[in-house]
Amino acid sequence: MPANPAPAVASIPHPEHPPDCPLAIHDLTVAYQRKPVIWDIELNIPEGSLVGIVGPNGAGKSTLLKACLDLVPKTSGWARVYGKPYAKQRHLVGYVPQRESVDWDFPVSALDVVAMGTYRRLGWFRRVGKKERARAMEAMEQVGIADYAHRQISQLSGGQQQRVFLARALVQDARLYFMDEPFAAVDAATEQAIVELLKTLRDQGKTCIVVHHDLATVSKYFDWLILLNMRVVAAGPTKDVFTRENLHKTYGGKLDLLENASIALSRS
Amino acid sequence: MFETITDILFLKDHNTRVVVISVMLLGVSSGIIGAFLLLRKRSLMGDVLSHATLPGIGLAFALMVAMGGTGKSLPGLLLGAAVSGAAGLLLMLAIRSTTRLRDDVAMGFVLSVFFGLGVAVLGMVQKIPGANAAGLESFIYGKTASMVFQDAALIGGVALVVSVVAVLFKKEFTLICFDDGYATSQGWPVVLLDIAMLALVTIVTVIGLQAVGLILIIAFLIIPAAAARFWTHRLDYMLLLAALIGALSGWLGASFSGIFSDLPAGAIIVLVAAAIFIISMFFGTARGVVPRLRDQARLKRRIGRQHLLRAAYEILEQQPGPLANVPVDRASLFAHRSWSPREFRRFLAHARAEDHLETATPDAIRLSESGFGEAARMTRNHRLWELYLIRHADVAPSHVDRDADMVEHILGADLVRQLEDELGDIGNHLPESPHAVQPAAL
Repeated sequence: MPANPAPAVASIPHPEHPPDCPLAIHDLTVAYQRKPVIWDIELNIPEGSLVGIVGPNGAGKSTLLKACLDLVPKTSGWARVYGKPYAKQRHLVGYVPQRESVDWDFPVSALDVVAMGTYRRLGWFRRVGKKERARAMEAMEQVGIADYAHRQISQLSGGQQQRVFLARALVQDARLYFMDEPFAAVDAATEQAIVELLKTLRDQGKTCIVVHHDLATVSKYFDWLILLNMRVVAAGPTKDVFTRENLHKTYGGKLDLLENASIALSRS
Repeated sequence: MFETITDILFLKDHNTRVVVISVMLLGVSSGIIGAFLLLRKRSLMGDVLSHATLPGIGLAFALMVAMGGTGKSLPGLLLGAAVSGAAGLLLMLAIRSTTRLRDDVAMGFVLSVFFGLGVAVLGMVQKIPGANAAGLESFIYGKTASMVFQDAALIGGVALVVSVVAVLFKKEFTLICFDDGYATSQGWPVVLLDIAMLALVTIVTVIGLQAVGLILIIAFLIIPAAAARFWTHRLDYMLLLAALIGALSGWLGASFSGIFSDLPAGAIIVLVAAAIFIISMFFGTARGVVPRLRDQARLKRRIGRQHLLRAAYEILEQQPGPLANVPVDRASLFAHRSWSPREFRRFLAHARAEDHLETATPDAIRLSESGFGEAARMTRNHRLWELYLIRHADVAPSHVDRDADMVEHILGADLVRQLEDELGDIGNHLPESPHAVQPAAL
């Protein structure tokens, strides 16, 4: 054993980012047509946590997710999934896009959409078979929509559509999940089902990063929190980060939102 | 005359048979790839593409003449068409991504400029000494009559290959059509798949030029797919139907154009496809107008019948003494809800037809045994729902009646049981109305 091991500076990109960290982001800036949307993002998400991202409209919450998933080009910096670029770790990541991002009038059934979660593993030209369908049904049962498997997706309620997207991500059997506003405009039963699902995933040691908009439920749902307004205002365990001062910094002069925030704080 | 028609329709003549079959295969391929184009919401790109082929046809002709040929070789002309069509598409995409012009502006620009350029080029090649450019303009409107066996075989063969390739890519095309963001996140090469899809569209457009013409080929791409969508919510059936509708339009179009030599095939194809489209729009089982209206009428009738029975039941409840199925005054029944005299008569007739009520005296009706039971069940559901809304959904009591009216009609047995569970304290008796029931007197 060498007495004085040389410090391995070159091989570690950033000393603060452990390689087993589900998501490490360094110096990330994304700009659309010269206007920066998110700036200098620096994050280290701990494994097995339920992470909420909150911030006002236009704060860059979705953009942050999309940059991590290589859906928008990064102007600078990088994001690593378990120590490697996302492109090499797709099999470890499940993605739930915003519900409004697709046309629900598309001629496919709920089961067809959920089965799309198996496409990557299937590879080119191979068709969905018995095994894939069974896996999809399992995921649909997990989110409580197995009864609607053969319905055309436009005949589902908003909450059911959201659950279809969740089931599609579950089929991937990932370790890290990105969810873009899964609670937006869903019924109470769906919200409850999603929360249960998130907790189950966390208890299995998986990490979920969720864009969220309802300050009142933040401390109830998430154990880790990112307050975002173009920059990271604060990030850390919810109980440390979710303070009046931080919310003020995040939401600035938006008074009605601040009021909601103080209500939320008084409840927590 | 009649014999000629049947001969051509039923492909007795060898040359027509090849032409008609090739146009049918063209219809199959354009139906399938058109369906994907429709689902990708890019149907109009097909129009840009087809108009952008014209300069290529003229230039290919000029080039072939310069190289010493007649300039009439179909593969050469189609190659020129494909190159210039692709150039038009690329220009459109470039305009869209480098400027802030909207899609429709970029499309309109490329479409008209390339078509204008094409017309100018065709005008110039007519003047080339020693070359015969007559017939080139048939690519604009299409002319099956000018197709010889070799052309038809080429077109049919290529169409078949395009269909097979499109079906092969079904999973990948479906994914990018439905959710391209998710497809990208999963590592699918969405841009390459888009290029593959547009390449197939380009091939179909180019081989369709001679039979259908560049102005009308867009119909072959859009109409079969759009018509098929009215009949099904399943992609597999939609592709199959679009292919069949394409084939049918192609068959009739090419045949009629063969019979009446003045009728361009493209025009007939469009008209046949449009006729199928209109029939589909009205009668399509999945989203046609007629089935939808029928469903609405059925629902309205059911709601009306339920309202009528409930009104009768509420009137009976207000009678002094124990609840009994005594005759109900027509006038008080009419006054119980805000319905028009015509509606009221119609609902009464429906209820009578279903044996829910009978005429007791000229001025009164009486619920039948089944009608009485049905009325009790209906009233119960309604009040359960009202109570549910009041207790669980924070609805002001005065607003409950209307909401409950709308929702009870979709209450299934499961939900009713669930409501009963949630409102356990009601027990089995019929809960009283939470708001004052409208007085029956008038």
